[in-house]
Amino acid sequence: MSTLLFFALAALAIAGALGVVLNKKPVYSALALLLNFAVLAVLFITLHAQFLAAVQVIVYAGAIVVLFLFVIMLIGDSLPGVVIRGRTRLTLLAVAAVAAVLLLAGMTYSIIGGAFAAQSGALPGNGSVQAIGAALFTDYLLPFELASVLLLVAMIGAVVLARKPQQ
Amino acid sequence: MSQVPTEYYLLLSAVIFVIGAAGVLARRNALIIFMCVEMMLNAVNLSLIALSLQFGNLTGQIVVFFVMAVAAAEVAVGLAIVMAHVRHSDSINVDEINLLNG
Repeated sequence: MSTLLFFALAALAIAGALGVVLNKKPVYSALALLLNFAVLAVLFITLHAQFLAAVQVIVYAGAIVVLFLFVIMLIGDSLPGVVIRGRTRLTLLAVAAVAAVLLLAGMTYSIIGGAFAAQSGALPGNGSVQAIGAALFTDYLLPFELASVLLLVAMIGAVVLARKPQQ
Repeated sequence: MSQVPTEYYLLLSAVIFVIGAAGVLARRNALIIFMCVEMMLNAVNLSLIALSLQFGNLTGQIVVFFVMAVAAAEVAVGLAIVMAHVRHSDSINVDEINLLNG
């Protein structure tokens, strides 16, 4: 049953990923990205990562996709679409195809060769929010505080960059 | 306990990562390249969480938490750069971005 669910979710996630890459218009790509993120959130729940599934929906499916859609709506129709023809297009496709095949072959080889044993013990607290919070505020307190500084810097940077240039 | 083998999750993660990488290489629209990068980050998150359960260790989930924080910051700054560039040169084709090309 859970294997069946996994394959259904995997098919949806791959469909979303292909949708992002293959769609001509960025708006449709953004919606396919939303599908991909939402399906990954469900997969996180099947992996006992409830907290991260919630964060995935809030941060990725909520904030990031909406940010993309905002930018697309702000600049979308005023620009000509990016159309590439001829030699350049063939070169790009060839490079992408070769790189994809090589990457996938290498990763598949190493994953299949990994030969994982049975799962070695349950997660602490079964991956509950309490367990994550306890780890985050004890062992990982410094990176947690640094992340807040990073977000502040990013916010200031985005505001500065997005302002209209001064004469 | 999840009955699905960890390898399946890792393979799915690899497939999504490779699709994203191919998108970055093949597409020239800055926004779509950006989305592909986000997708690649998310694929890595999936493998980290799968390995976190495999080894019964929460560190993988903590790393994913920080990856998400960094990705949020990166998207905010990156999209601001895209907006600034579009305002400057009315193009979103990454091959036409050569302002720093001395």
